[in-house]
Amino acid sequence: MAWQEKPLGFFTDTSICIGCKACEVACKEWNQLKGDPATFTADSYDNTGQLDAQNWRHVQFIEQIPDNKGTIATPTPIAGGQAWLMMSDVCKHCKEASCLEVCPTNAIVRTEFDTVFIQPDVCNGCRNCISACPYGVIGFNEQAGVAQKCTLCYDRLQGGLQPACAKACPTESIKFGYIDDLHAVADDRLAALQKAGYQKAQLYGRDTKVYGGLNAFFLLMDKPEVYKLPNEANATLPSRNNLPGYVGGVATAVLGLIAGLVAFRSGRMSGTDHTTTGRS
Amino acid sequence: MNPAEHFAAPPEWQWWILAYFFFGGLSGGSYAIGTLLRLAGDPRDRRASQIAYIASFIALIPCPIFLTLDLGQPTLFYHMLVDTSGGGLVFKPWSPMSLGSWALLAFGLFSFVSFLGALAETGRIRGASSLASAIRGLPATIWGVIGTALGLFICGYTGVVLAVSNQAVWSDAGWVLGGLFLASALSGSAALLLFLARSRRDVDLDTAYRLERADRYFVVLEAVLIVLFLVAVAVAGSLTKVLGIWVLLWIVVLAGIVVPFLASRVRGWPPVAAPLLALLGVLALRALVIFSAQT
Repeated sequence: MAWQEKPLGFFTDTSICIGCKACEVACKEWNQLKGDPATFTADSYDNTGQLDAQNWRHVQFIEQIPDNKGTIATPTPIAGGQAWLMMSDVCKHCKEASCLEVCPTNAIVRTEFDTVFIQPDVCNGCRNCISACPYGVIGFNEQAGVAQKCTLCYDRLQGGLQPACAKACPTESIKFGYIDDLHAVADDRLAALQKAGYQKAQLYGRDTKVYGGLNAFFLLMDKPEVYKLPNEANATLPSRNNLPGYVGGVATAVLGLIAGLVAFRSGRMSGTDHTTTGRS
Repeated sequence: MNPAEHFAAPPEWQWWILAYFFFGGLSGGSYAIGTLLRLAGDPRDRRASQIAYIASFIALIPCPIFLTLDLGQPTLFYHMLVDTSGGGLVFKPWSPMSLGSWALLAFGLFSFVSFLGALAETGRIRGASSLASAIRGLPATIWGVIGTALGLFICGYTGVVLAVSNQAVWSDAGWVLGGLFLASALSGSAALLLFLARSRRDVDLDTAYRLERADRYFVVLEAVLIVLFLVAVAVAGSLTKVLGIWVLLWIVVLAGIVVPFLASRVRGWPPVAAPLLALLGVLALRALVIFSAQT
């Protein structure tokens, strides 16, 4: 079955993520990503660390358990405040994408499925997109010399398949489909959770408040910041600084030019015979 | 006001970018000062103006090299200008990096012609008297003014490139960085020209004196913008990122700011020491801004 040219995406329901990392493995296998060398973090079961050029899916482990003093940094409303939150993080394929906005080469494009795709043959590795992405999604592949991130398995979509991660997810925490359909599924799931007493449960990126809406949106069990996602107040586009940045520059240029002209046009040194600056 | 929260990954812009920001600033600033000296109208400033134009072009030469070496795919540097996927040229005015690529190209032309003109005036290019005469008068003034606008853009847009991001520090001080880099480039260029003037025998003593005064004005402007930068970063809750381990660089920045005011009062101070310290301060400021946000 071929996909229609309509917005496609992910709805990741973190309430049923079990942290198995099947999505990470499937992603690496399909996209032939080697992964980063293993490191021992010593403070979490998360040994992937972050999204980057080699990790296009990253299962976050947010261990809300008591520390040595018995306190929980961000207690949940259930289970005595303890919880292990898990979330399979991925590129959000933002409707208003910061990376796409700043890319100087047009290497980053929006596909017919409304996803955000980096063309590896056009990217020249300037890394401006990495600087702009508010989610820390994009990484720089040192060997290839280009920026890389989740393609939402663009090649599989073109072949009528679903992305590898969604296909591999055993609990269907990662749901794939047309965005309109996913919105309806997400609304139902949120209502069910809230009815069951999970008052902190919320949808992130379902509406247009965060980057115009996300094509990979989430059901979270806590505040977005807990999952290292900027909240509505902090979800800002890089271009917000374009006008103020240039205005500040022009104002300084004007002041600098006036200062220079004043300095150069002012009276010459009194009593000078206009000799040169040669050292004697 | 709640502090900003950032989850962006660092772009790993390191030494090549620092070098470009430094030399690009000196090139644009020197060009602007060269033009200002001409606009001031005193023929005795002509030699200093020629040196400024020559210094501007020489400082510009390594800039595209630094930028190209920083790319992951240096051989695809032309993708900044040519749209290989859609065809035609790529020009995105809302992307400071795209705008800067075009500005650098345009400024290169202006700087090169002014460089040739300055050489022709000094008689160092054989048979260039026609060029020298062509660049006199109103056309030369218009050329210099447009070149100055482009040069000042090169000084400041680098700050806007950093600001138009979602990085802590850079985006927190978004409205200050362009101006800060521009003021710092002007003060650095004045210091460079002062250094060159004091190293030579053919620059009017009084021109050097007024360059010194201009340098002090630029430094005051830079100091005000540094304070605004720190305030903006503090309000956003990122102040600890630019302090802490960066104390040494701040000391160099401070020394570069103070030295133009103290140099004339200190006996036995070598005349080229103060401009060199000021240049170090300009370099340190850029290093601070670039590196602190990425650690």
